[in-house]
Amino acid sequence: MTSLTLATRPPRHPHSHGPQSPAGTALAYLAGIVIVVVTVVPLLFVLIGGFRTTAQINESPTGWPHPWIWENYRIILTSASFWRFLLHSALIAVVATFLAVGCGAMAAFALSRYAFKGRDALYGFFTIGLLFPLTVASLPLYLWLRKLGLLENMFGVAIPEAAFSLSITIVILRPFMRAIPAELEDAAVVDGTTKLGFFWRVLLPLSGPALTTVAILAFVTSWNFYILPLLVFNDPYTLPQGVAAFQTQYSQDTARVFAFTFLSIVPTLLFFVVAERRIIGGLTGAVKG
Amino acid sequence: MRGRANARPRMRQRFELVMLLTPAFLLFAGFVLVPIVVAVYYSFYKWNGFGPLNDVVGFANYRRALSDTVFQHAILHNVIIAVLSLVIQLPLSISLALLLNRRLRGRGFLRLVVFAPYVLSEAVTAVMWLMLLQPDGFVDHLFEAVGLGSLVTTWLASTHVVLYTLFVVITWKYIGFGIVLLLAGLQGIPGELREAAALDGATPWQATRQVTLPLLGPTIRIWIFLSMIGSLQLFDIVWIMTKGGPAGASTTMTTYLIDKGFQSYEFGYGSAIAVILFVICFAFALLYQRFALRRDTAGALTRMVG
Repeated sequence: MTSLTLATRPPRHPHSHGPQSPAGTALAYLAGIVIVVVTVVPLLFVLIGGFRTTAQINESPTGWPHPWIWENYRIILTSASFWRFLLHSALIAVVATFLAVGCGAMAAFALSRYAFKGRDALYGFFTIGLLFPLTVASLPLYLWLRKLGLLENMFGVAIPEAAFSLSITIVILRPFMRAIPAELEDAAVVDGTTKLGFFWRVLLPLSGPALTTVAILAFVTSWNFYILPLLVFNDPYTLPQGVAAFQTQYSQDTARVFAFTFLSIVPTLLFFVVAERRIIGGLTGAVKG
Repeated sequence: MRGRANARPRMRQRFELVMLLTPAFLLFAGFVLVPIVVAVYYSFYKWNGFGPLNDVVGFANYRRALSDTVFQHAILHNVIIAVLSLVIQLPLSISLALLLNRRLRGRGFLRLVVFAPYVLSEAVTAVMWLMLLQPDGFVDHLFEAVGLGSLVTTWLASTHVVLYTLFVVITWKYIGFGIVLLLAGLQGIPGELREAAALDGATPWQATRQVTLPLLGPTIRIWIFLSMIGSLQLFDIVWIMTKGGPAGASTTMTTYLIDKGFQSYEFGYGSAIAVILFVICFAFALLYQRFALRRDTAGALTRMVG
């Protein structure tokens, strides 16, 4: 996911809606319904397919479960491999997020609240990552990780993901930290805090919203990443790899593939529903400013 | 205490800066920049990845890549996806955003649903659609149910259709992001401007064309940038659904890269491909930011890339 930031955020206007002609409104509802149907039906089809048997599906691909079968979901939820994939993805995403946000916040602090020679050049250096996605660098990255002995190692996935998330992290955090009034810093210094103490005790807590945004960006990016684990691990290791491998392995057992696919979507959907505002705000805000 | 700290403020600041910047610098240089350098270096060798690195071939790998018809087709496929995004996804996203930008019941729910495919992984999306597109599967039955059964084809096995099938899947996953992004952009445009245009006698269509769309320009240009970079790096969906097949009909630049590098163990050649991809991405990103995004970002982006 590539993102970049605009310098300014447009103000929200209370009367920004278009004219409310009844025909337009009816058309809008129609479009809304079509969008919801097109989005939801494939997901529902996968969910319901998981409640059928493969024999039922072969007989009638679009039929309703008759009878409803819990077996597919039960087998996968009690299999060690599903939970292992889940755990691996979570661990990698947590490490990548901490690395990216930790290193990024420190760098953004230095780049926003210190005056030193070469500051803008250094900032420009860190933004190079916005210009090309990790996918493009995958093969040389693989050769480099092999040289470092990081293949078959979760850090071989988490560290590069953090490195590629660093650009957007710094680009979002820097203006945010810069906007925090200098008076606060002066007050902290008068109270006897060092500059690093100010960073830790005042600036970081105040940067909460921006830190949440970049953390979500880094987490979602890592959670969904496919190509790098594919190259680093010989056997499927993360959830996206697991889904793809499961489909290949059980291609004859359609119902089980449906169940596995839907179960692998559930954590993402739960996370999304819980943190919807933050995620949408973060992902669209990251590119809009 | 403070007196002593102030006596050597320069030293102290330098120390703090080194402490704050070193982790990020090492992380970034070590895992974003070094791979590029590694790729350039290996691209001048013929190398299977395991033996000694001693067969210097100069620019032969680059010449081979640029004259390989499969790679040329891969570039063409990426360009086709990019162009389709521009002429189909963009107008569709803009129309839907314009249509939905009004007070509607269930707007929050709509936003949630529309955006959901964007947070799913491409891998899951690919597997899901692979199942839906099975011969005699869900999609085929849907076509038959609405009386379009004669259009049913082997969606992923026909060399003429496969790229467009993939484009539909990509659209399903990414259009919601575009709509939500553009809706956010529309929220930033004061309604008074349209009202003023209406007072001046503009029809709603004229107001949209002359007032709303130009003001939506910055959002549209950002969308185009993200969409183009996304089209250039297209991999997961294609790799899982078709592996670039059948007969190379859906090969993209990155599936070609992975195919050459890992399936055929041609790491020197693969590195040359990677360098070509870097150059294409950099060239596009720099030119686009220079010429299209410059006025939107008031120098923020153009300055940071030189």
